[in-house]
Amino acid sequence: MRYHTPTTFEDAAQLAAQAKGLTRFLAGGTDVLVQLRAGMVQPDDLIDLKKIAGVSEITRTDDGGWRIGVAVPGIALGAHEGLCADWPGVVEGMELVGSTQIQGRATLTGNLCNGSPAADSVPGLVAAGASVEITGPGGTRTLPVEDVPVSPGKTALKAGELISAILLPPRGENAGDAYLRFIPRTEMDIAVVGSAVSLRLDGDTVTEARVALGAVAPTVKLVPEAADAIIGTTLDEPALEALAKVASAACSPIDDKRGTVAFRTEVAGVLTKRAALIAKARAKGDTA
Amino acid sequence: MAKDEFKEFKLVGTRPDRPDGLDKVTGRARYGADISAPGMLWAAVLRSPHAHARIVKIDTSKAEALTGVKAVITRADFPTGLTGEDWNLQENTMAGERALYDGHAVAAVAATSKLRAEEAVRLIEVEYEVLPHVIDVDDAIKPDAPVIREGAADATVPEGMPPNVVRYMEFGRGDVEAGFAEADLVMEKTYKTEATHQGYIEPHACMGQLGADGKGEMWVCTQGQWFIRKMCTAVLGLETAQLRVTPSEIGGGFGGKTTIFMEPLSLALSKKAGGKPVKLVMSRSDVLRATGPTASASMDVKIGMKKDGTITGARAEFRMQGGAFPGSPVDMALYCAFAPYKLTNVEHVGYDVLANRPKCAAYRAPGSPMGAFAVESLLDEMCRELDVDPLDMRLKNAVREGDTASYGPKYGSIGLVETLEATKAHPNLSIPLGPNQGRGIAAGYWFNHNGETSVSMAISEDGTAQVSVGTPDIGGSRASIALMTAETLGIPYEDVRVNVVETGALGVNEPTHGSRATFASGKAAVIAAGHAITEMCKRAANEWGIDPEAVEWVDGAAQPAGDNAGKFPPMSIAEIAGKMGSTGGPISGHHESVPEGVGASFGCHVVDVEVDPETGRTTILRYLVVQDAGRAIHPAYVEGQYQGGAAQGIGWALNEAYIYGDDGRLQNTVFLDYRVPVASDLPMIDTVIVEVPNPGHPYGVRGVGETGITPPLPAIANAIQEATGARLCELPMSPPKVLAAIKAKGG
Repeated sequence: MRYHTPTTFEDAAQLAAQAKGLTRFLAGGTDVLVQLRAGMVQPDDLIDLKKIAGVSEITRTDDGGWRIGVAVPGIALGAHEGLCADWPGVVEGMELVGSTQIQGRATLTGNLCNGSPAADSVPGLVAAGASVEITGPGGTRTLPVEDVPVSPGKTALKAGELISAILLPPRGENAGDAYLRFIPRTEMDIAVVGSAVSLRLDGDTVTEARVALGAVAPTVKLVPEAADAIIGTTLDEPALEALAKVASAACSPIDDKRGTVAFRTEVAGVLTKRAALIAKARAKGDTA
Repeated sequence: MAKDEFKEFKLVGTRPDRPDGLDKVTGRARYGADISAPGMLWAAVLRSPHAHARIVKIDTSKAEALTGVKAVITRADFPTGLTGEDWNLQENTMAGERALYDGHAVAAVAATSKLRAEEAVRLIEVEYEVLPHVIDVDDAIKPDAPVIREGAADATVPEGMPPNVVRYMEFGRGDVEAGFAEADLVMEKTYKTEATHQGYIEPHACMGQLGADGKGEMWVCTQGQWFIRKMCTAVLGLETAQLRVTPSEIGGGFGGKTTIFMEPLSLALSKKAGGKPVKLVMSRSDVLRATGPTASASMDVKIGMKKDGTITGARAEFRMQGGAFPGSPVDMALYCAFAPYKLTNVEHVGYDVLANRPKCAAYRAPGSPMGAFAVESLLDEMCRELDVDPLDMRLKNAVREGDTASYGPKYGSIGLVETLEATKAHPNLSIPLGPNQGRGIAAGYWFNHNGETSVSMAISEDGTAQVSVGTPDIGGSRASIALMTAETLGIPYEDVRVNVVETGALGVNEPTHGSRATFASGKAAVIAAGHAITEMCKRAANEWGIDPEAVEWVDGAAQPAGDNAGKFPPMSIAEIAGKMGSTGGPISGHHESVPEGVGASFGCHVVDVEVDPETGRTTILRYLVVQDAGRAIHPAYVEGQYQGGAAQGIGWALNEAYIYGDDGRLQNTVFLDYRVPVASDLPMIDTVIVEVPNPGHPYGVRGVGETGITPPLPAIANAIQEATGARLCELPMSPPKVLAAIKAKGG
């Protein structure tokens, strides 16, 4: 195994493009190193991205959004006041990953690139309308987060491509987001169902919304019909019931050791209702 | 009721710092995997990926050719001709003709590094012929079930039973049908529990060394070094005394480390590698796939009850699979099932069944939690039906001293009534419950155990004392034994050091199991200290020139037993010890026996839960353990045992389970998916130590380690029924099952 420490994303992309065998990028390492130790992968080239300038920074973009470096650990998101004020749902999704120790290393980008449909940080990013900046041998491009995972463990990144930053749009006024996951325990577990809602209000009426579900399909899923179910409503009881119904209908989960089809489908609706109410409260200024 | 009321003791009942505490919090304590030796090799094991398969061919040539590989073994390297449990242990250590479960070892390698050994294992080629498998206990006794092993049934199994039934039992008394006829309500239900693992944090680890001369040594994480010695030598055809076994510090056992799983592999590899020491450490996946969980169970219970709560008849038929070998604790489950109740008419039937799963091991009160789940759940439903208070029902039927137990023997001094009364008086029972909340109550039982016990103690030159015990300290026994020894000798707790010693140092000791260490090693230590006291009184008498019978031992010193005996100032233990070389030599005490006087322990738990009606998720709001300790030598450790038992029971009740795919492979082989409770899942668990002293022990000890895992399973099911109206008869009561039950009832 060859270990590389490039200092630019362009160099990292070149290294990856030229590599012949199995390549893995290393940021926090909370997936890659665990897989390596368990004998699940034995990469020929391991490309460590932490020597690249800016990878550990969270910066405000010119349009008022946020640029999050690929090595920013979960714990730094939670400690960033501006980001927490704008996107609490994104931050709380990431904070659910692993333990305090894992939070010191694990990154949004890694969680996204691992390609798990149950990734806790991804529904929040999708609901937020986040995108990724991708650097490849031919330059950079951007892609909405929902288009990054294509199937369990697989992403839309081509050979030699890697994510060089996560981009969050400007939050704007009267808006809020929230992420809820279901696990049978209280922590240290993987989502059986995850649901994120981001919305904007005019008074009590929802004017914009995005809803994303995790662990109920081969990839984290943006559910526009769920958003449609609440846009124009005040999230009253009929609207919430409609939301739950549409969210459940959007599910195509599997039976596995973590949950059943019936349970995931049902609970996706329950969590989406609850997440929508939290997002609404946040949009109205409730910081809880 | 609290131990503080016993004023006759200076040390027993106090809470000093644990002697192993500093080593454990600083990381100095040496666990199984911490042992290394010069020239040591690392072992790795190849395991079957199939639940049931004939091993057609094993080709180890590529592994043997790899640089750094010093030995490769298969079953061909083991002696043949073993029978009975010795054969079972050997077959489980290394598969012979067939792999019997996913994870069954088929070959092992020793190499100069762990990575090299793992690489070599991947080079071993095994040709399998995959066979049909069976996982569920009820499926295993269906007519078309794959047969795990022809001829495995023992003499107890009547003609014509399904071939996977390997042990059968029935016992009881009275006339249950007449009992049911007498009842105002008769209910009958079927219950199922899944296999659960002990979940000890420390995986199995050992370092073994075996020479061509048949002499060997082993350092190992175990609850019983003599069991390791006996089982390893049996499996390898060695003379027992030629293997010396030293136990490490232990990171949890709960019964799972009272047997062998992979230890003989390190010895066999060592011998083949020219006698170099070989270290073998399991991964968590190895532990879950290839060490013993407890059994899974399918149970029918029928009970008759009068309107006033009197139980008129009871019948239990239990089926348990303990993996691909005989040995599920179906007998223990039946003995404990009705143990809290005074019954005239009772009948028990049990089936021990084989399935394609790992060989089960003991797990904290083996069998008792399953039986309690079935019986205590049904009793609770009957109380609801008849509108009888569940604690009053239990008090009405509770066994007392002199009653005949449901399983036959007559109870000596027991504290069930005191335990139930203490439960009734606890403030938790009057806390009001909110919506979607429920309270559940259940009782539980464990016999406790004595076992072969050998203890030596010796007085040091300065009057401090060392105690050598053969029972590894898994729950605070060093602290308890030090307290009892110090109390007996009349010296400070800090002046006693208790050492868990290797097999060469004492006579045979059974493992620390059956909640026996504080009872049995403690009792032997007290008797041994008594021998040393007798000797020290003799030394003082000789110096004073008086009769040894005229000397008594008071507060750590010899003194004349009265004015008639002579007028001498007390001679302290330090004084006597300081001149032992010139007064007759070393002063020590020794005791060995299978100590009589075991005292059983009853418990009663009360749990408050809240169930989310939309997700079926259960939150434990508060939890109370009330249990009879006999006497709590070190109350903090007793409380820890109560809380630990409850925590494991909560995990078993709510989320823990072995999940198998259709291919018979275990799906959840890491703690991420084998869902033991995490700390934030549990409230602080309240405890009440009831003390009805056991007359069979010098300080009244009963043994407290096991009863506490028994009531949580039914107590939580009972609470969930109160919270949701839905009764769950299958474990685990995971959110999908609870939600489905709520929906089925139309909630």
